[in-house]
Amino acid sequence: MTDQLTGREPEVGRARVRKEDARLVTGRTNWTDNITVPGLLHIAILRSPMAHARIERIDVTPALERPGVVAAYTGRDLAEGLGSLPCAWPVTEDIVLPEHPPVAVDEVRHTGDPVAVVVARDRYAAADALEAIDVDYEPLPPVLNMEAALAEGSPLVHADKGTNRCYTWPLATGEDYATVRERADVVLRRRFVQQRLIPNAMEPRAVVAVPPDTSDQYTLYSATQIPHIVRVMMAVVTGIPEHRLRVVAPDVGGGFGSKLQVYGEEAIGLAVARKLGRPVKWTESRSEGYLATHHGRDQIQDLELAATRDGRLLGLKVDLLADMGAYLMIVTPGVPLLGAFMFPGIYKMDAYDFTCTGVFTTKTPTDAYRGAGRPEATFAIERMMDELAAELGMDSVEVRRRNWIGHDEFPYTTIGGLTYDSGNYESATDKALALFGYDDLRSEQRKREERGDPVRLGIGVSTYTEMCGLAPSRILRDLRYGAGGWEAASIRMLPTGKVEVLTGTSPHGQGHVTSWSQIAADVLGVPFEDVEVLHGDTRTVPQGMDTYGSRSLVVGGVAVHRAARKVVDKARKVAAHLLEASEDDLDFADGVFSVKGSPDAHKTIQEVAFATFTSHDLPDGLEPTINAEHVEDPEAFSYPHGTHLCAVEVDTETGRVRIRSYVCVDDVGKVVNPMIVEGQVHGGLAQGIAQALFEEAVYDEEGNLVSGTMADYLVPCAADLPDFLTDRTETPATTNPLGVKGVGEAGTIASTPAVVNAVVDALRPLGVTDVRMPCTPERIWRALRDARSARPEEGSS
Amino acid sequence: MIPASFEYARPRTVEEAVGQLALAGEEAKVLAGGQSLLPILRMRLAFPELLVDVGRIPGLRGVRTDGDTLVIGALTSHHDVVHDPLVRRHAGLLAAATATVADPAVRHRGTIGGSLAHADPAGDVPAAVLALDAELVVQGPDGRRSVPAREFFTDYLQTALRPDELLVEVRVPKADAWGFHYEKFQLSAQAWAVVGVAALVRRDDGRIVESRVGLSNMGPTPVRATACEEALAGADAAPDAVASAADSAAEGTRPASDLSASAEYREHLARVLTRRAVLAAADLT
Ligand SMILES: Cc1cc2nc3c(=O)[nH]c(=O)nc-3n(C[C@H](O)[C@H](O)[C@H](O)COP(=O)(O)OP(=O)(O)OC[C@H]3O[C@@H](n4cnc5c(N)ncnc54)[C@H](O)[C@@H]3O)c2cc1C
Repeated sequence: MTDQLTGREPEVGRARVRKEDARLVTGRTNWTDNITVPGLLHIAILRSPMAHARIERIDVTPALERPGVVAAYTGRDLAEGLGSLPCAWPVTEDIVLPEHPPVAVDEVRHTGDPVAVVVARDRYAAADALEAIDVDYEPLPPVLNMEAALAEGSPLVHADKGTNRCYTWPLATGEDYATVRERADVVLRRRFVQQRLIPNAMEPRAVVAVPPDTSDQYTLYSATQIPHIVRVMMAVVTGIPEHRLRVVAPDVGGGFGSKLQVYGEEAIGLAVARKLGRPVKWTESRSEGYLATHHGRDQIQDLELAATRDGRLLGLKVDLLADMGAYLMIVTPGVPLLGAFMFPGIYKMDAYDFTCTGVFTTKTPTDAYRGAGRPEATFAIERMMDELAAELGMDSVEVRRRNWIGHDEFPYTTIGGLTYDSGNYESATDKALALFGYDDLRSEQRKREERGDPVRLGIGVSTYTEMCGLAPSRILRDLRYGAGGWEAASIRMLPTGKVEVLTGTSPHGQGHVTSWSQIAADVLGVPFEDVEVLHGDTRTVPQGMDTYGSRSLVVGGVAVHRAARKVVDKARKVAAHLLEASEDDLDFADGVFSVKGSPDAHKTIQEVAFATFTSHDLPDGLEPTINAEHVEDPEAFSYPHGTHLCAVEVDTETGRVRIRSYVCVDDVGKVVNPMIVEGQVHGGLAQGIAQALFEEAVYDEEGNLVSGTMADYLVPCAADLPDFLTDRTETPATTNPLGVKGVGEAGTIASTPAVVNAVVDALRPLGVTDVRMPCTPERIWRALRDARSARPEEGSS
Repeated sequence: MIPASFEYARPRTVEEAVGQLALAGEEAKVLAGGQSLLPILRMRLAFPELLVDVGRIPGLRGVRTDGDTLVIGALTSHHDVVHDPLVRRHAGLLAAATATVADPAVRHRGTIGGSLAHADPAGDVPAAVLALDAELVVQGPDGRRSVPAREFFTDYLQTALRPDELLVEVRVPKADAWGFHYEKFQLSAQAWAVVGVAALVRRDDGRIVESRVGLSNMGPTPVRATACEEALAGADAAPDAVASAADSAAEGTRPASDLSASAEYREHLARVLTRRAVLAAADLT
């Protein structure tokens, strides 16, 4: 909407093309691997070929004789200067916290666990020299199956801990579940498996560590989402004092949680730079990353849903086993608990009972992956809602309507104990159904079934909400998380009227430079083009909590907004002085202070900035700056929501699934940049669909990752995906001044159950009630065959 | 990943290339488009001492006709095969199969000769060449010889090529009178075939006169579905007859079980996809 007085169109709400993209998409930019420093050496890491073994003997000296090699280290060589890698989220008091040396010393615990480090003049020499290192491994039994790992007598991942159980975390709210269950007409029990996933950011991880040179600081460049957290943690792990360590996240090409991590390679880089006094670089290859970069999901979910005959939910019981992998990384144990409060979804019920047990296995550690805990929870409840609809012979949308929180019930405190501030599930769902052509598709589905068409149609429904925008610091304390959830922003008004926004968020593809420019431009009334956004360098932006959990806009963007408001407040004092008016008599619009009633008397904010720069004529006692900063600690989580609908065609001869149409209506509150929001939704849908149909990290019985390259780990591309029909409703958040909600994970959370529900819906008339993810053609073919043989009386046709 | 170090030679003639290969023996590898060889080197699955890059030898790239035969230079890229008018007219099956190889980047670099010499049974080109009853012309120190496609693929990633021989030409009998179809089943849009079926069918009005069916990824080498071909000879050009012939498509095959599919599922797919491919080739869909 154009401002009627000034003619200026607000920036917030405009589909601005992203400022930063030309650099990023051409690659002519500051990726960590593009960084070079005089005297740079290259690191290669020897990794364990075994899932579990004792290192009997290791000799790196033959590597030293290879051409170009400068140094080689074992885990023991590096252990002196390096502590254990940190876990910042010890979720229970009695959690088992194993040691996690950056380079294994006595024992390797997953394929890919580092065992030695070679430093050489170039990357080739370093890689060649790895072949010369001698290691004798004494094999130990791998631990691969979570249920077996918990059984008496199982081999142990960490023998000194005496158990593979990492923790058990219970939550019971509302009425007593067992009592509520007694009242139920229907009790459904299901087991779902969240397969292990590999995050696959476009840019592999990379590290450049530079020892002190012109300043007394070490500099660590890292392809990370969390430069500020890495700085604190690296100070602890390496012993380099925090004020002597600068961490830079240059341009970063995607993370999806996989770069929300404090990695051994960062510590190794600094340790080697310290030992040699030379800068070093390490860049992972894709297949190395598959072993060394953390994985996601991997849960076994046992669910029980109690309901009445007319489809009203009474209670939900959730028992999770969550695979931690071999070690606890920065938030490994907490990831499933981000889902703990979300299993009830958008529904009302009387009792909720949740338990999660974390289990160690000899696999790559798991940690946050886009959605982190919430996709798992949403999948479970949304699959269960479809199962309930099928059990009761009810329409799958109708069963949801009967249970969701009505738009007039907000703010609503859920059975999980969260207070949802706003939402309108009715209107998002109605809009989605209309766009989808729900009734027509249902009738086509019936016709295909009636004529025994070998290609069946299935319709999948999923609603969702999520707690994101991490997070109110006090709630994080209650969850035993090791840090706060605030975010910082500062704004520098430059003498020429240009503006620098410093943000503690650390964009790696999300377009913060563009969105933050829009937010600041509106408050300050300056042109969008006159705003620059700086981020990701602890020297430029000393304070920040970084980017993950759909938090950047709802915490960091709000911080920018509030800092800009502080700038205007300060500028008002200066302008009042210059205009010889009282502050109360000043209007501020479109970047101009004017005196009420005499519009000719005015000063632009740029003029005020210059006047403050010279400070020749400021009121007595006024600090000569209009720069401002703000640290935002949000009052609540953010709760976006939406309704996703998917239609699939399943070829019952081959088991192939084709997504025929996909409609989603998301409510992410007020939108700063609709184009960026749509991009986030599209990417999220692709990743959620990938879990439903394509991706799985597979280990063999020896613990080798057999889906170890992109030839076997199937990341879908555009040609595998349908056209998405995306739309929005807009129910502003009431917990922040911009009315915004998080959007980064929405698509991933809702799409997985929508697709799997559609697949099962297509096959249910043929006797199939579940297909394990990913729903590959062979799994579907087998499910159909098993269903046929279980119901022989219906013939083989 | 990073390959081990190697020497690199770029000969200008076939003779020079063959000479370099003969000298180096088992330690040399021919480099064409690099789309199969480079991944192998980068994964450190092979450590050749010498790469003989034949990519700039003139005369090995391009398509011509020689009487009833289509002659395709070994260095012709997948992209050029797909778009060549002579290939499309006389060997449409090859164009159709090649069009399903990977993505445009791979198709611009990868070559028909490289696909055949690499002999990955999951490849799309070998099955088509097998169905087309092509002859592969190779040149060694003692001159040229011609190997029928049926004898070329000897085992998993093994061919009749000797270490000092270069594949120079693929000679395809013109198949203008044949209907054709390539049916590829893959797990994602740019993936290798789980199973692929290359079908050629010649029919007079009501009957199938003759058919040739090549299968990708149904064993250590690309194979012909011989039992199915026999069942189709003289069969009615009708869906039922084709379906019953296709039931024998997996006979005599030895498919692997791997991450993308079990042997049992591959056999099932071979039957379904053969039926579909033959129906399409016979214009019965
Ligand atoms: C991502 C990706 C996906 C792919 N997907 C598919 C697919 O779906 N279907 C498919 O069919 N293929 C696929 N391929 C393989 C592709 O078709 C390759 O182009 C082909 O296998 C090899 O051709 P090239 O010219 O690149 O050979 P190179 O890689 O250069 O060589 C391959 C082998 O053949 C030998 N060689 C090459 N040329 C000659 C010659 N003239 N004489 C003697 N020996 C020779 C080499 O020594 C080497 O052993 C894929 C490749 C990639 C990288």
